Amino acid sequence: MDVYLPIANLAVNGLVIVALGALTGILSGMFGVGGGFLTTPLMIFYGIPPTVAAASAASQVTGASVSGVLAHTRRGGVDYQMGGVMVGGGIIGTAIGAGLFRLLQQLGQIDVVINVLYVVLLGGIGYVMAKESLQALRAQKAGVPVPARKRRHHPMVSSLPLRWRFYRSGLYISPLAPLLLGVFTGILTMLMGIGGGFVLVPAMLYILGMSANVVVGTSLFQILFVTMATTMMHAMTTRAVDLVLAALLLIGSVSGAQVGVQLAQRIPAERLRFVLAAIVLLVALRMALGLGWRPDEIYTVTPS
Amino acid sequence: MRALLALICLILLTGARDPILVPEISQHEVQVRQGFRGTELLLFGAIMTPEGTRAGQDYDIVVVLKGPTQSIVLREKQRIAGMWINAASTEFRSAPTFFAVASSRPIQQIVDDKTAAIYELGLPWLQLSPIGAFDPKEQARFSAGLVDLMQREGLYKEDPRGVKLSEQVLYQARIALPSSVQTGTYTAETFAVTRGRVITSAISKVEVKKLGFEKAVADYAEYNGFLYGLLAVLLSIAMGFLAGRLFALI
Repeated sequence: MDVYLPIANLAVNGLVIVALGALTGILSGMFGVGGGFLTTPLMIFYGIPPTVAAASAASQVTGASVSGVLAHTRRGGVDYQMGGVMVGGGIIGTAIGAGLFRLLQQLGQIDVVINVLYVVLLGGIGYVMAKESLQALRAQKAGVPVPARKRRHHPMVSSLPLRWRFYRSGLYISPLAPLLLGVFTGILTMLMGIGGGFVLVPAMLYILGMSANVVVGTSLFQILFVTMATTMMHAMTTRAVDLVLAALLLIGSVSGAQVGVQLAQRIPAERLRFVLAAIVLLVALRMALGLGWRPDEIYTVTPS
Repeated sequence: MRALLALICLILLTGARDPILVPEISQHEVQVRQGFRGTELLLFGAIMTPEGTRAGQDYDIVVVLKGPTQSIVLREKQRIAGMWINAASTEFRSAPTFFAVASSRPIQQIVDDKTAAIYELGLPWLQLSPIGAFDPKEQARFSAGLVDLMQREGLYKEDPRGVKLSEQVLYQARIALPSSVQTGTYTAETFAVTRGRVITSAISKVEVKKLGFEKAVADYAEYNGFLYGLLAVLLSIAMGFLAGRLFALI
């Protein structure tokens, strides 16, 4: 089934894009991450121009996180105050990211930066996740419960001025910490076309020290609004959002997300985390190889 | 008076000797819309003497189809500190977005390099208008890099036996446009060559344009970014919401 993408300026097999969306949708349903980290590189690999891929992936993450946010809202798993602060930071971040995007594009280094960011972030987080889930799996086998990690925020967070009480998160910290976290993920979202869930969740747990039952819901809440801002930002600056591409991805991802949620309930959490860690590491490895090996194309063309 | 007469005689005589090219293209408008997978253009026509008889001589025909040009930056990756990153770059002011040459025999057998360069007959003779003073060696490397890249994307091509001549009167060439062609005005120039000399040429045009929904989306994205973005956001929220509801029923 050939579909012509009016912004990317080429025809693609629509079923492949829907399948791609479904794959990332399943992941997002299973793990509560947006799945953008997989969509963008796969689309580029398929031959879609990198800018169009990054710009259109954000709207797919929006779609996939809508139902997640709704589900978490129903069971009170969203800290709106904390989420609001992070969304504010995220929107500032997307604006900074848009500026960086244009600057890097002019310098001709955007693809390299995106690649390096992928390798460093995914590699680092994948490694930590794999280590933790392996420990958990081993402990489970041995029958010894893993000692619960003591919940507390990073010392740097407590040194920040101005303190607010975040009731649902069970925190009394400076709002600057979540704001900065929001800014950081906003920049990543704009540059990499990802939701940033896999950065946010560990950061909220281990840096902010938020209570675990509101982490996923609040991160989805932030992702929902920040990816919306990213789509707007791309539509107004790079003009690379392809509605047809986004719609195809959405069809796959929103249905995939529902399947993913069902699957997640059948598989033990530790094993789930290990699988996610393996996927993240694989993507990082692929990207690292791409940087180190002689690429197929030495030359790239950009309109000036 | 005598001079004028001589001039008229000259025109008539050369007119009588030089054949006329009558080019035609299978379609003068390529519509890019849903389901567009690229298309194949048939460029055909006839060569004849002004009296309408067949030209009779041995001719070679070269057809050049050229898309709209654009100003581009071409970047070259080099291995630095173990990573392949963009290192060198150059700017071309008039790189065609599409360029195809078809001829009845390989270009080198038809004309010499000088003539080929003058009429842009072939990929090595593309006039790219590089910006800045570069040494020719580096310039040649970049040009070759661009041509190679575009060739593999199917946007630049050379077909040394692409033109079929029948009875030295009719010619035809097929040139495929891939789905990734840019919109704009394409010019098809046909050259008739005898003994290394271009004796006549004719130009016809093809318009490649987006239509209907595709045109609306492209225009909207370009000129109305805010509303377009809003539409994309609403679409994604609606679809996410809908899927949540639908699956809740199952």
